[in-house]
Amino acid sequence: MKVSALLVTATLMLPVFMTACTNAEAPRTAADPAAPTDKEWSMPNKNYASTRYSTLNTINTDNVKTLKVAWTFSTGVLRGHEGGPLVVGETMYVHTPFPDIVYALDLAKEGAPIKWKYVPKQDPKVIPIACCDTVNRGLAYADGSIFLNQLDATTVALDAATGKELWKIKQGDYKNGQTITSAPMVVKDKVISGISGGEFGVRGFVTANDVKTGKQVWRMYSTGPEAEVGFTGTDNEKSWKGDEWKRGGGTTWGWYSYDPELNLFYYGTGNPGSWNPDQRPGDNKWSMTIFARDPDTGLAKWAYQKTPHDAWDYDGINENVLIDLTLNGQMRKVLVNFDRNGFSYTLDRATGELLMAEPFVNVNWAKGIDLKTGLPIENPEKRTSSAMNTKDICPSAMGGKNQQPVAYSPRTNLFYVPANNLCMDYEGVKIAYQAGQPYVGAIVLSRPGPGGNRGEFIAWDPTTGKKAWSIPEGLAAWGGALATGGDVVFYGTMEGWLKAVHAKTGEVLWKFKTPSGIIGNPMTYTGPDGKQYVAVLSGVGGWSGIAVAGDLGAEALPTDALGAVGAFGDVGSFSTQGGVLTVFALP
Amino acid sequence: MTHRASAFIVVLSLFSFSAGFVQTSRKEDTKQFRVCADPENMPFSNQKLEGFENKIAEMFAKEFGASLRYVWWGQRRGFIRNTMNATLKEARCDVVIGVPVGYDLVQTTKPYYRSTYVFVYRKGIQAPIKSLDDPVLKRIRIGVHLLGDDYTNPPPVHELAKRGIVENVVGFDTFYSAENPPGRIVDAVAAGKVGVAIVWGPVAGYFAGRQVVPLEMVAVPSGKTDLPFAFDMAMGVRPGDTALKEELEKVLDRKQMEIQKILKNYGVPLVDRALGKAISK
Repeated sequence: MKVSALLVTATLMLPVFMTACTNAEAPRTAADPAAPTDKEWSMPNKNYASTRYSTLNTINTDNVKTLKVAWTFSTGVLRGHEGGPLVVGETMYVHTPFPDIVYALDLAKEGAPIKWKYVPKQDPKVIPIACCDTVNRGLAYADGSIFLNQLDATTVALDAATGKELWKIKQGDYKNGQTITSAPMVVKDKVISGISGGEFGVRGFVTANDVKTGKQVWRMYSTGPEAEVGFTGTDNEKSWKGDEWKRGGGTTWGWYSYDPELNLFYYGTGNPGSWNPDQRPGDNKWSMTIFARDPDTGLAKWAYQKTPHDAWDYDGINENVLIDLTLNGQMRKVLVNFDRNGFSYTLDRATGELLMAEPFVNVNWAKGIDLKTGLPIENPEKRTSSAMNTKDICPSAMGGKNQQPVAYSPRTNLFYVPANNLCMDYEGVKIAYQAGQPYVGAIVLSRPGPGGNRGEFIAWDPTTGKKAWSIPEGLAAWGGALATGGDVVFYGTMEGWLKAVHAKTGEVLWKFKTPSGIIGNPMTYTGPDGKQYVAVLSGVGGWSGIAVAGDLGAEALPTDALGAVGAFGDVGSFSTQGGVLTVFALP
Repeated sequence: MTHRASAFIVVLSLFSFSAGFVQTSRKEDTKQFRVCADPENMPFSNQKLEGFENKIAEMFAKEFGASLRYVWWGQRRGFIRNTMNATLKEARCDVVIGVPVGYDLVQTTKPYYRSTYVFVYRKGIQAPIKSLDDPVLKRIRIGVHLLGDDYTNPPPVHELAKRGIVENVVGFDTFYSAENPPGRIVDAVAAGKVGVAIVWGPVAGYFAGRQVVPLEMVAVPSGKTDLPFAFDMAMGVRPGDTALKEELEKVLDRKQMEIQKILKNYGVPLVDRALGKAISK
């Protein structure tokens, strides 16, 4: 007892860093009958289509320069704050990283006091098992209930009015490396949740639970036999050697979108399991894949693998935005995905047909994507191996874009993409150490790409597959984007700036330095007083940029601070930890 | 009641001691030897203080006339970040008892032992295996540890892959789940679930010694183009903390015989640096 008391105490005192293993969600220009009015923000990415576009237009390009802080709220948690709050009716629901607290704030009262607070009980032993940070990407709301995925792989339903626990269900066991960091999504009478833990050989899956009872309705895996993947006529297991698919990765920690007309939901799967590439010959299906599944049965209608046999950790979980787009004079129902591997993919979302694939950042691992086969045209010099050094690979493992979700404005027909400008070296001969065992590991060193700026906020034309304009960011635009009917686009930076830019020109119209670096996603809503508000969580993911560095799998980067070898060693010179929600309004 | 009291002391000391090794508090006269350790990773360390690194830490604390304090964290990605480099200086530890020389997140002392990955198989049942080129390795099931992060298999597993040996390799994870997670691989050898396991020496030696079935351990020799399989093990301190490193090295010299004795008690296969072969079990 003596020792465990000591352990608990020490653990509580220890700050924990979470990283950005995050994603984005889907837009909704697609018909969306269940969509809430634009006064509210009831889904993490605004709507099933994940556009992160609100028609609210009181705040516009002329008056945004007078935007002021209306009120602030400390979450009481230090680690990386991803995602953003929901507003339903007159209540705002704010989530935090581990311990995954949920606050209900009363917007009808001055200063938005706390209506209720829910603190899950979780074993602190789950903390070191989270891959990169103890982040949580947000909540789901439906029919008077709030749904939360806890880090310890538990899904909880709460009464939205009281915070009372309605049901609680275990999706996995953190003792086996399974955690959850992603937001759930409710489709009809089901709550859909993913799983994290690709770094620990977890075999990815997606689960549907009954909204009322929590009972599991179906579970579909990313890898393995057809029946378990829910995708027939494929060679799932043959794309692996032996039974490697059993720990095949392909975790599902990103954002989810849904098309009610087609009755298909969309999500991405992560990197293949924990073996080095030499150890898992084959395409490693269905890691690095966009899945389209029927929410009633879980069965897949189509799957498209973006990075077969990954050797770069281009963890393919980024959000899929659903829009209607005129391509070559023809209106198509498409899905647009800005992948970690640096390519922007446009697919027919009914069939999975690849329509366009263009690099949106500096890319050299592949010359392009063959639209007929869907396969990357690889540059063999940039394929990594654990046995040798591979230099100057772009983008880095942190991706052309990480989890931070893009926005799409139907007014400008542009995507707003918070992107990275990073390249990396893979070095295969460093001594590393884990679970008491020394080994010779591949070490990823990330550094700024051409130009020296580490981030870039891009306006992207999905019709031409080209940039309309872009803003270089010194550190990184690691927070999500928000597009509005007032033609103002908002995004956050790791330094802590919330910026408002002109949707058409990229002119920076306003900015405000929040208390900590932003890795969360701004949102907007109309308060009970009829005013338009913009809110964003700040709370940088880890001192010295380890939030970011951890995402590389690069324990080997010196973590203590300034002058670190990695790309983000100076994060700590801009802000420090601390979760704060800042809410803005016009005076 | 004792456990309550000690929890209380830990809280106090987190706040009343500044960073640095063997510190003396302003208010109290107590020195602390602050060790970063895994709470559940036998035979190295655990919370019950049963591991050989616990024993070595106790010896060092005694030598320094300091009280021993642990900061516990699983030894995987984030270990150094969350212990030695914790944001709160008061929550940090200063020494990792066992790390490989060349592990660049810390500054390492001179090595105090060298061990190697070994083959573990059932004595008298499996014919001797002495090299990764033994053709039997293409036929029997081979147990290996999964070390967690991507691309981080133990070095002999990389070399097996190079030799095209992939399908008959069985992975064992090293999570908290089982009572002795790293030991399950040795249980599998004893139970005949795998024909041979390739295991880091200290893990193999400790768990093989606890089996009823007699097991053989043979060092895995590293071929000319292979990665190294034997590693020098040292203590680790914060980069730049050279004063502490030197103090530790003095005790390493002074206590060399006793440290070797502890290692032998735990069955750690020790390797002679010059010969690169196992000289003792």
